[in-house]
Formats: sequence, C-alpha cells, structure tokens
Amino acid sequence: MKYHILFGLLAAELGLFAALHLHAGTDAERRTAELADTRALVAKLGLTDLALWTEARYTRHPSQADRFAAFQDFPAAIEHFPAGSIIAPPAALRMPALGDAPLLIDGDR
Amino acid sequence: MDAQPFARHLKILEFALSSMLRRRVKNAGLIVVFSAVVFLLSSIVFLTGAFRTEALATLQASPQLLVQRTMAGRHALIPLDYSEVIAQLPGVGTVTPRYWGYYYDIYTGANYTLLGITDDGLEAPGSAPLRLVEGAFIAPGQRNVCLIGAGVARMRGARVGSIVSLRNTRGWMSEYEVVGLFKSASQLLTNDLILLPEADLKALFAMPDDQATDLMIEVYNPLEVDNISRKILERLPDTRPISHAEILRTYETLFNWRGGLLLAMFLGAVAAFMILAWDKATGLSADERREIGILKAIGWETSDILELKFWEGAVLALVAFLAGVTAGYAHVFYLGAGLLAPILQGWSTLFPAIDLAPRIEPYGLAVLLLFTVAPYIVATIVPAWKAAITDPDRVMRSA
Repeated sequence: MKYHILFGLLAAELGLFAALHLHAGTDAERRTAELADTRALVAKLGLTDLALWTEARYTRHPSQADRFAAFQDFPAAIEHFPAGSIIAPPAALRMPALGDAPLLIDGDR
Repeated sequence: MDAQPFARHLKILEFALSSMLRRRVKNAGLIVVFSAVVFLLSSIVFLTGAFRTEALATLQASPQLLVQRTMAGRHALIPLDYSEVIAQLPGVGTVTPRYWGYYYDIYTGANYTLLGITDDGLEAPGSAPLRLVEGAFIAPGQRNVCLIGAGVARMRGARVGSIVSLRNTRGWMSEYEVVGLFKSASQLLTNDLILLPEADLKALFAMPDDQATDLMIEVYNPLEVDNISRKILERLPDTRPISHAEILRTYETLFNWRGGLLLAMFLGAVAAFMILAWDKATGLSADERREIGILKAIGWETSDILELKFWEGAVLALVAFLAGVTAGYAHVFYLGAGLLAPILQGWSTLFPAIDLAPRIEPYGLAVLLLFTVAPYIVATIVPAWKAAITDPDRVMRSA
C-alpha cells in the first residue's frame, strides 16, 4: 500500500518540524530571563532601536531618523543601501490623493 | 457504513501514487523546486516574524516620549532650556536629556553608536548591576571609562581592562578604559554601542554644555502621550516628538514581510514558481492524456479523474511544502539565516549574529500555503478537467 508510505512520509516531516520547534523552545526559560534583562537595559539606557544596520543614521536608528528617511535624497528615491530597501516608504507616499488626510503622519513609516 | 466511500478515496489515492511513481523524475524535480521556493519564502517569513517579535518585545521598555529638535529639516541638538518648558506641562514627570551620536572608526571602517550616561541615570533605582554586563558598570563620577558592545569588542580586539581610543574633534586621541562588556545576549541592541560617562561624551564631541541630543520625557498617563506631544509642538514648533507607539510602529512596518525588498523577493519567487508549476502541471503529456482517455473509456467518472488529479497535486504540494518549511525553520533558528545574511547585512560592517527566539507565524505560513499549494493544485486539476470532459475517443486520438 503506497499510501501508507505517503502517510508515513508526511508524518515524519511533521514530526521533524515539531521536534525542531520543541527543541528550539527548550531554552525558552533562558530567553524569558534574557528578555527581562534586555528590557531593563533598554529602560536604563533609554534605547530606541535595534543595532542591526550601522551603515547610515537612518538605518541604525530608523525610529529617530529624519522624516523623509529612508529616502534621504528625495521622497521615493531608489535606495542606495541594501538594508534601506527593506524599509517601506512612508504610508502617506504609498497612498496619494487621500483628500484631507495629512501628507505625512509623524513617525508613520 | 462510511468505510466504503473512504476506501474508494484511498484507492484513488493509491492509483494517483502509482501514476506519480511512473513519472518519478518529473515529480522529483518538481518537489525539489517547490521545496526550494517554499524554503526561501518560509525563511523570510520566519526571519522577519522573529525580528519583529524581538524588536517589539525589547523596545516595550523604550522611552515613552522623545523630543528632538529639527533645524533645516534635519535633527539638531536641542537646547536644555526646552526641558523647562516641557516640564511645566501637566502630566509630565521627569525630563531627561540624552546624549548620543555616531563615530566612524577609520581603522576598522565601522560606525559605532556612542551613548553618554548621566550620573543621575547611573544612580537611578534598578540600575546596576545589569545582568547583561560582563565586568563592571560605570560608577557615578567615574571618568575616562567605557562599556562596549560585543561587535565593538570584536572589531577592536578589546576585553575588560583594555583601552579604547577615539579621536576627538580636535584630532587628538582620547583614551577610555573598558570596564565592562555588553554580553552577546544583548547584541541585537548593543552590538555597536560604546557607553561613556556623559561628561566624556560631551568632551569627545565638543558638545555645548547647554545642549543635548534629544530629551526623554516621562509621561504619567500613557494615554496622554499624544496630547502632550501636541502641546509640546504648540509651544516649541521646531521640535519633533516621537512617541513610544511610533517607535513600535516603525519596527512593526520595518519587519513586515509585505514591505520593500522582502516583498519583491517574495513576489519574484512566487511568480517564478507559478510559471514553472503552470507549465509543468498544465502541459499534460501524451501519456497523461491517454491515461485519462482510457480511464474514461473504462467507466471512470469525470469527478473520479478530478479527484485523482487533486491527489496528485496535493501529495506533491504537501510533501514539498512541509520539507520546505522545515528546512526554512532550521535555516533561520538553527543556522542563523546564513543564506539571507548577505542580503540583510547590506553595507553594515558591524552586524550582530542572528540568534532569535523561535517563533512560528501562523498567518505568514497560512499565506504561504495559500500562495503555493492552492495554485499548484488548481493548475493540476484544470487541464485534467478539460481532458476529462472531452470524448475519450478524441482524447486518446489527439494524444
């Protein structure tokens, strides 16, 4: 019966996925403790952003960047940093002609 | 009672599997390509989901309200007088100046973020010892010392007790003793960070005494943050308040897999897969046409043939989808998303190692399932349906 082999294969795939997820979750306690510590650090130092991209001000601190970042040269300019391409343009630029809606909502990026 | 129809479905499934095994090379190729596309897309879904969760969880503790000053459309230093105006607003607690900036290290080509901590900040309750610091924290009144992130330590080859020298605005080297390191568990926030006493940072950057980088505002009632932002803007029109909610929203958007480059990758991969699946599934081979014709001729109903084709599509899509998702999960949460790292890193010299809390995004996976499995099954059934409703004699002759 070939369908037994199929069901076995699907069960093995699901089992592997579940095992990986369960194994990855075994250090959940450590991560929870670390999260509390990280929050204490964020509160203590007044941090606002993740230290992911250090190539430009607006990628290091996206939440603190100029209003028209990540498109620093002019709105909707083609981005010159790969990381910047991940940041979507401001909502207002993606939804033109909304009547009375403000052109740019503060921080709404 | 229900055993017979169930057995019938199993028999059709059995027949579908035999039929697939006869074309094993074509189907194995499809499974490999299908799995690879799902692997790439699920890696993106897992990675962005985990980044977003991490950012939103850690930045919950970020300041409630920050006030920047803008000049000529750009962020400028803010006069400390502004804090007096803001402190007078009802509902505002403490107003704390923040001192920070960037430093380009010509020796390593890396950009560091320098942050100054005031003596008040050091003495605040709940301060030291922070568990994510190896070595000591800066003591109030201490000078010419620093704490550095894991990335800076790696770049500079520094340890606790080493000296980190930075060039000041006059071109002279200022030396700081490393009293502590931020542990790698916090590197998503501190990788490029150099923490200095406020006085040292101001001296290094020659920052005027009466100015700060921005102001951190404590608001008693979080629901009042927007009101207070409006009042600050009325009184100080050259400022830009940034609320806690806006910081979180920035990260919510930043790591949304529907945005920017990730969307482009996503759509490109889906489009390529659709073309392949459509081509493979719709181009019924002569053998397949003949098979459908014979099945019809020996009495199979159109619905049976559709079920047969449904099983063929579903088996292939499910096996490949599960393989792709499992590989994507292992790639992101066990192997640090090595294949996506070059795209993510961009031009950053200092990029933290990716060690994210595992998280399954049901919504993202459901969308992925809908965009890959469903179209594939449809692409398998439609041409079979066309062949099945045609006269068996014609189908066999045209084949």
